[in-house]
Amino acid sequence: MSATFESVIGLEVHAQLRTASKLFSRASTSYGDAPNTHIDPVVLGLPGALPVPNKEAVRMAVMVGLALDCQIRGRSVFARKNYFYPDLPKGYQISQHDLPLCERGHLDIELEGGQGKRVGITRIHMEEDAGKSIHAEGAPVSFINLNRAGVALVEIVSEPDMRSAEEAVAYLKELRSVLVYLGVCDGNMEEGSFRCDANVSIRPRGQEELGTRCEIKNMNSFRSVREAIAFEIARQSQLLLRGEQVVQQTRLWNQASGRTEAMRSKEDAHDYRYFPEPDLLPLEVTDSFVSKLRETLPELPAGLRARLQEAYGLSAGMSATLSEDRSRAQAFERALGEDADPARSASLANFLMTNITGAMKRSERPWADVEAAMEQLAVVHDRWRAGKLSNQMMTRVLDQAFDADRPLPAAVQAALEAVGEVVSDDNALGTAVDEVLAGLTAEVERYRAGDKKLFGFFMGQVMRKLRGKADAKSLSRLLRERLDS
Amino acid sequence: MSSSPLPTLVDCAAAFAAGTQTAQAATEAALERIKSSEPELRALLHVDAEGALAAADACDQRRARGEAPRPLDGVPLVLKDNISLRGQPMTAGSRILNDYTPPYDATCARKLVDAGAIVLGKANLDEFAMGSAGTHSAFGATGNPWDPTRVPGGSSSGSAASVAAGYGHGALGTDTGGSIRLPAALCGVVGVKPTYGRVSRYGVVAFASSLDQVGPIAATVPDAARLLSVISGHCPHDATSAEQPVPDFEAALTGEIRGLRVGVDAELLGESPPEGLAPAVFERTREAFATLEALGATLVPVDLTMTRYGIATYYLVATAEASANLARYDGVRFGHRAELGHDSSIDDLYVRSRGEGFGTEVKRRIILGTFALSSGYYDAYYGRACQVRRRIHDELLGALGQCDVIAGPTSPEPAWLREGKSLDPMQLYLMDAYTVSANLAGVPALSVPMPRLDELGLPVGLHLVGRHWDEATLLRVADAYCEAAATSHQRTEVNR
Repeated sequence: MSATFESVIGLEVHAQLRTASKLFSRASTSYGDAPNTHIDPVVLGLPGALPVPNKEAVRMAVMVGLALDCQIRGRSVFARKNYFYPDLPKGYQISQHDLPLCERGHLDIELEGGQGKRVGITRIHMEEDAGKSIHAEGAPVSFINLNRAGVALVEIVSEPDMRSAEEAVAYLKELRSVLVYLGVCDGNMEEGSFRCDANVSIRPRGQEELGTRCEIKNMNSFRSVREAIAFEIARQSQLLLRGEQVVQQTRLWNQASGRTEAMRSKEDAHDYRYFPEPDLLPLEVTDSFVSKLRETLPELPAGLRARLQEAYGLSAGMSATLSEDRSRAQAFERALGEDADPARSASLANFLMTNITGAMKRSERPWADVEAAMEQLAVVHDRWRAGKLSNQMMTRVLDQAFDADRPLPAAVQAALEAVGEVVSDDNALGTAVDEVLAGLTAEVERYRAGDKKLFGFFMGQVMRKLRGKADAKSLSRLLRERLDS
Repeated sequence: MSSSPLPTLVDCAAAFAAGTQTAQAATEAALERIKSSEPELRALLHVDAEGALAAADACDQRRARGEAPRPLDGVPLVLKDNISLRGQPMTAGSRILNDYTPPYDATCARKLVDAGAIVLGKANLDEFAMGSAGTHSAFGATGNPWDPTRVPGGSSSGSAASVAAGYGHGALGTDTGGSIRLPAALCGVVGVKPTYGRVSRYGVVAFASSLDQVGPIAATVPDAARLLSVISGHCPHDATSAEQPVPDFEAALTGEIRGLRVGVDAELLGESPPEGLAPAVFERTREAFATLEALGATLVPVDLTMTRYGIATYYLVATAEASANLARYDGVRFGHRAELGHDSSIDDLYVRSRGEGFGTEVKRRIILGTFALSSGYYDAYYGRACQVRRRIHDELLGALGQCDVIAGPTSPEPAWLREGKSLDPMQLYLMDAYTVSANLAGVPALSVPMPRLDELGLPVGLHLVGRHWDEATLLRVADAYCEAAATSHQRTEVNR
């Protein structure tokens, strides 16, 4: 951002709730099935069909409100948002308008360098998703898939509190994490279960009044959010620097061209003619229901990060990495068991994030396998850390286990038994060293003549002879004794 | 044409239970009456003779097996054609639903069928239940069985006309602003609009969701009471249907109304009829008050000033909701779709399909309702209407705190000529003046026949409004009145 302007960003996030059935009907919400298989009279908007609210969706929406420190409205009102579109079967979307379920909350985020920031949450309301239109390339025909139509959403509207694309992405990541931790959303941006629109404006630094904003749509990854907002800030800045004006518009992010493109201007904006949905009574949420839910709130990402640092002495970076996925942090804690010594904790966290994750990705084993074998994997770590397994042995155990065609816990056990223990016995090591050096007289001479770099080569040769099972410390000591004597 | 009077619904069910009449015979007789009168009346849009005879056969077989009779076993009925019955075409009186067949049952229809009723067919109506005369059906106007040159009242025109003409022993209608009660009054039969939330709206084509209720139309109060008992009750598919206990409405008909307080708009207690009320109807209404007093009830003057704003309020609230409810008829998934070239846009599809599919009155109301909700006009129209609605509700409940029921005329006039005022929308809207307030307040109301007019021989209706969930008292008063005034079981001469 230039020194002249300050950018102002607010985000609207649509998150699909992980209910088994839709917001107002019993049709399934399952993703990826054959088109138009999860439909019923309500989803299709057949004459006479009526919406009946899904209690589980309400519970989840209230959980989101509580997690974001919102005030929960005891009596919120569903409203009809009227517009015509082929994938909107009733010709209106059931949403909430002037009396949303949750209001006035906030989310604390951490910026690069550990600096904290509080982003205000204006409101959270419930609404139903639309279906999908598929436009056939080059053919005068479109297809409609209503499997998504009616799926429960929460729309989470932030205050215009963010000042850069990076802050916006940090907010989004944290928000996504919160929803995933709550178990109310799978957070999948590619499948569209976590979607974001951004309102971006800029103003001269020091000015109180907000500039004219543009709404950006069609961003389906964190990267596209960052790039789209950065592009838009630059575009608006250039307009103002040239003495032109920003026109209030809805703009679409084009990932291929890396630009935002005008979609419709304020004049073309819909008049949605919101009015209270007469097919539904006001949504009543009692204080006791809310306080019961408050008690069931799980530990949220911020709390977990703090606890990982305090309880185990992990670094801020490692705590953040582990808690990006709650199940990863849980697996870590399970592996840790009773022995939370800070050095062991840090080592185990690294082991999980580097060695285990590496083996998992290479072998394409699912994460669930890792979770199931956490106890056995902790044994591998501890033996390796105690020097009973060399680096090579540890790697071999993991590779063998992950590649084995059997459940991972048993596979780890078997690989561990097969690899045996490191050779640290001086006699055995000494014999191997003598045999190797006897065959390398020229190299030994060069070493003794000053080519000390050859030390690593000798280490490698002995190690190879012992199939990687040598205790590196003892071996190094014995080698030096022989070479330097 | 039958030579003997058509039995009542209750008698028909009793004859079936006693084994003196088969369902087959009752159904065949009904189909015969339909055949002879229908070309003139146009009360039905669809007759399912085959299905009706099969259902009748099923009833007879159940009895042959010795199964306990159900409350509507062997009783032929008709449904207003905005009530879904799986596999039977449903048009709602509109071209836009010309080829539509619902794949599911409305809850009220399901309950009737489960109670043993035999559905003869689907009754004509004003398109999407929008009309007071039965003249706005896309498939032709229904005639009044008492005088086919006159309107039967609307929008449940075919339902009321069917009962008056003796097609079946009862019918279901829907009432958004008077659509059951007005045609019941004009056809000389009983029509009940239950408390909002009493009967499930699931499967019933929505006109104005916060006002619509399904209710029975029948020749007698006990007949209507039985139908109401069957269709009432909470429905898991309708979030506005209430979890209220359903009393046995027939058992409430004790004939005893001594000590009951009958509220009357002070305007109706003067010497001359208030503005807009036909003198002959005023006269019959005053006689009805006297009859109620003679039965031991006390008349209590009540203030109903706010209800004068009922029509204005109703035509904003109802049209606003209708403008959204009718958005689903877009030519995309079902119903009429305009023939279009490949260069047409999606907007062309909407504009042409809806332009061709909807009739004039429906378009008028969609436009009015869309306007009332528009940005910049919402507060002055829809918003204000909701405020006035609340005031009407409060006033009506206040009045019902001083009395047990409120009585008055159902319609300001008897059935008018089809070629007359039916052409002027404002004049027609005023025909609902006495009925809309009950919908706006959600309270139950009914129309029972008063003695027919001396000069024209046309029926007129007495309108009774009660407290929420107290249909029982309404029916009890209506029943006692009908017995005293000898107006029960009126059917047109031709079918007696």
